[in-house]
Amino acid sequence: MTQSVLTRPPVPADPPPTPAARGRRRRGQGVAYLFLSPWIIGAALLTIGPMVASLYLSFTDYDLFEAPTWIGVDNYVTMFTGDERFWHAAWTTTEYVLVSVPLKLGLALAVAMLLNRARKGVGLYRSAFYAPSLLGASVSVALAWRAMFSTDGTVDRVLSSVGLDLGGWVDQPQYALLTLVALAVWQFGAPMVIFLAGLKQVPRELYEAAAIDGAGPGRRFLSVTLPMLSPVILFNLVLETIHAFQAFTGAFVVSSGRGGPSDSTLLYPLYLYQRGFTDFRMGYASAMAWVLLVVVAVLTALVFRSARRWVFYAGENR
Amino acid sequence: MTLSKRLVWHGLVVAVLLVLLYPVVWLVSTSFKPATEVISTLALLPRDPTGDNYAEVFDGVGEFGVLHYFWNSVVISVGAVVGNVLSCSLAAYAFGRLHFRGRGPMFGFMMITIMLPQHVVLIPQYVIFQQMDMVNTFWPLVLPKFLATDAFFIFLMVQFIRSLPRELDEAATLDGCGPVGVFRHVILPLLRPALITTAIFTFIWTWNDFFSQLIYLNDPEKFTLPLALQLFIDQATQSAFGPMFAMSVLALLPIGLFFLAFQRFLVDGVATSGLKG
Repeated sequence: MTQSVLTRPPVPADPPPTPAARGRRRRGQGVAYLFLSPWIIGAALLTIGPMVASLYLSFTDYDLFEAPTWIGVDNYVTMFTGDERFWHAAWTTTEYVLVSVPLKLGLALAVAMLLNRARKGVGLYRSAFYAPSLLGASVSVALAWRAMFSTDGTVDRVLSSVGLDLGGWVDQPQYALLTLVALAVWQFGAPMVIFLAGLKQVPRELYEAAAIDGAGPGRRFLSVTLPMLSPVILFNLVLETIHAFQAFTGAFVVSSGRGGPSDSTLLYPLYLYQRGFTDFRMGYASAMAWVLLVVVAVLTALVFRSARRWVFYAGENR
Repeated sequence: MTLSKRLVWHGLVVAVLLVLLYPVVWLVSTSFKPATEVISTLALLPRDPTGDNYAEVFDGVGEFGVLHYFWNSVVISVGAVVGNVLSCSLAAYAFGRLHFRGRGPMFGFMMITIMLPQHVVLIPQYVIFQQMDMVNTFWPLVLPKFLATDAFFIFLMVQFIRSLPRELDEAATLDGCGPVGVFRHVILPLLRPALITTAIFTFIWTWNDFFSQLIYLNDPEKFTLPLALQLFIDQATQSAFGPMFAMSVLALLPIGLFFLAFQRFLVDGVATSGLKG
């Protein structure tokens, strides 16, 4: 397997320029902007412009048909003090992220370690485990999920046959969110593949040395595997968390876009969609988008800050 | 590992895989069950397999047959692939090889946009496309790809380009190639693996995409497979479950085929670059 960009040293951007290169460089400037022009247009018109515009819209009342009216911080005040569904959606999403991300990463690491025990012949298994990650984002699979977790669906029947008569999960507020968690965890293949690539990079000598020092499997996992894998764990953690905050399709399909039963699958992006594109409260939806951005940015920053304590880069002196 | 240990290992892995892939197998098998069997049995294999569900779907879901939606999905996905491969490779060459004022900050900004939740640009983008009369057309789903908005792929290609030996560029320059020539004759051919990875993932992600299509397409004539499926669920009574699953399977088919053909490529792409998949 090729070495992962996550674990190999960063590729240096440039060697020092030679005099001849410097001459070419001046000529190259215009061409460089030519190559970049699609990206520059896209960044300006579809990213920076819209970001500024949505920040502005978040301070307005805007229904898409009439010009936006400035209402100051009203949207934010309503959101934080007068909108129970907002808090409900925020809490549901928090629960979803807090449960699904650790489960998904835990399972990914466990299976990666299982696969890593074999010397060879892992390729096909690795691919098979990865398949759900490609399929899971689709409406098709969400539909299958909805059917399997409904009353008299596969899950209900299997659980009933062992005496656990819970009924259909998607119809009950206390279990509906779990179906979405299950759908997310089912796609553990992508982080697993990344973990597996990381595990391959751990030098065998470290395990041998630890074994000679009398470390058992548990000790070796805690003192060798986890520290050596910590940069990859950080990467997966950040990626999956950001990803989980934006989960939409499963919640939409399972609840026909309503977020039910009793708002139990009303994830934040789904509520944002309802506010913007069902109620046409575009100003309010923009405010929600900015709150989401700030929360995700702060969380990512916190994770990176904490990383100084727990992420270990090989070759670093401690 | 000893033989017995190896057997236990394979047994364990296969057992986990069976549980994992059960929903997919179930979906495919249910799509071949007659209406009476769809909800009444737990049996994995249809007792009385039938192609009726598929026949019904080809006949029409709403006003159109499944091929209509299939074609719409193909148009959008192929458009997105062409857009991403073109625009991202151009930008990646500039970031990876050329020198220009503002490269550092621009590169930094590009990296940040990889992490940016799309909701924060969603509404103004919608307003822009609405002003241009493009809502309910495929343009809002394809045009942004030609403007390199999927920054992740730029990053993927920049990493790849930086790992190519610079001597090749220099040799081409001595032979009289300008930056455009170096890009066409040196970088682009060598970039092929990264281009293929980009193409496959763009296709699959666009094919599966639901959110943007839901927002921009509202006329059933323009519907893609995911939207048609969603339409289907809302109208379906339990007797229509069979055809619905048949359509779900058809929607997964291209991804399945891509996966079988390129599985090594896809999985290595994830392993080396951390593509989220």
